[in-house]
Amino acid sequence: MINKLVLCGACALLMLSGPAIAQKAAAPNDAEIAHIAYTAGQLDEDAGKQALARSHNKAVRSFAETMIRDHGAVNAQALALVKKLHVTPQDNATSEALTKQAKEKARELGKLSGSAFDRAYIQNEVAFHRTVNGALKTTLIPSAHSTELKSLLETGLTLFEEHQKHAEQLAAKLR
Amino acid sequence: MTVRRSPPIPPLSLAVAAAVLALPPASPAAAASRVHTIIIDKMKFGPAPAGIHTGDTIIWVNRDMFKHSATARDKSFNVDLPPNSRGKTLIRHSGTIAFYCIYHPGMTGSLSVAK
Repeated sequence: MINKLVLCGACALLMLSGPAIAQKAAAPNDAEIAHIAYTAGQLDEDAGKQALARSHNKAVRSFAETMIRDHGAVNAQALALVKKLHVTPQDNATSEALTKQAKEKARELGKLSGSAFDRAYIQNEVAFHRTVNGALKTTLIPSAHSTELKSLLETGLTLFEEHQKHAEQLAAKLR
Repeated sequence: MTVRRSPPIPPLSLAVAAAVLALPPASPAAAASRVHTIIIDKMKFGPAPAGIHTGDTIIWVNRDMFKHSATARDKSFNVDLPPNSRGKTLIRHSGTIAFYCIYHPGMTGSLSVAK
């Protein structure tokens, strides 16, 4: 059975420029939250790897390296935490929707090169972080039951907000 | 009875002694370099300590799980700080030195350094 809120979360995550869905439903559980957060980190690591394979811009490559390193660090902590809490991350509609969207974006970026790729990659990083940060603030952090999971998500939010600002600065320079 | 007299003090020695006595007493605080600590935690540089002088050392303590740097905008220092590590910087010039993390440019701070 598909959890309504997770679907709701998926819609909110996917609607980058549209209005957030205001409908309230059951909150995601910690296993689903852990899966969504981990998936988002993994997808951004993958995007960083694609950027390293395609970009020759020093600032873009440096940003991509930071994304791979930082999201890798958070995900390593997340894995250690779920093990400690005996929580098995649970696949859900939001994680699946994030993954589907990221794959489509990767295909789209794969057709670009040079400055066109750089601009598209960084613009997507702005949008991706904005979306994930919004989900963390409005859904994932408030719904987390474990104080340790909540704390890790808050650390992640502080980091990802910095990533978003960094990406916005880069996007402005690449225009 | 013979009285033995000390040899006369040369005028130059007297002048040197007078000059030394005229100097203000050396300040121990000014002479000794100090070590200051700045903590990096939760994606922020902690407050920069007051009373930094040239010749002092800054110890940077990175408590985050992320790699950071302490990089001066005037390029006078650049310390790479892996997760949960520390590094140090010798302060060589006075003035206000703005610094940031090259990996997370939103993380900034500044040192106020006296001579």
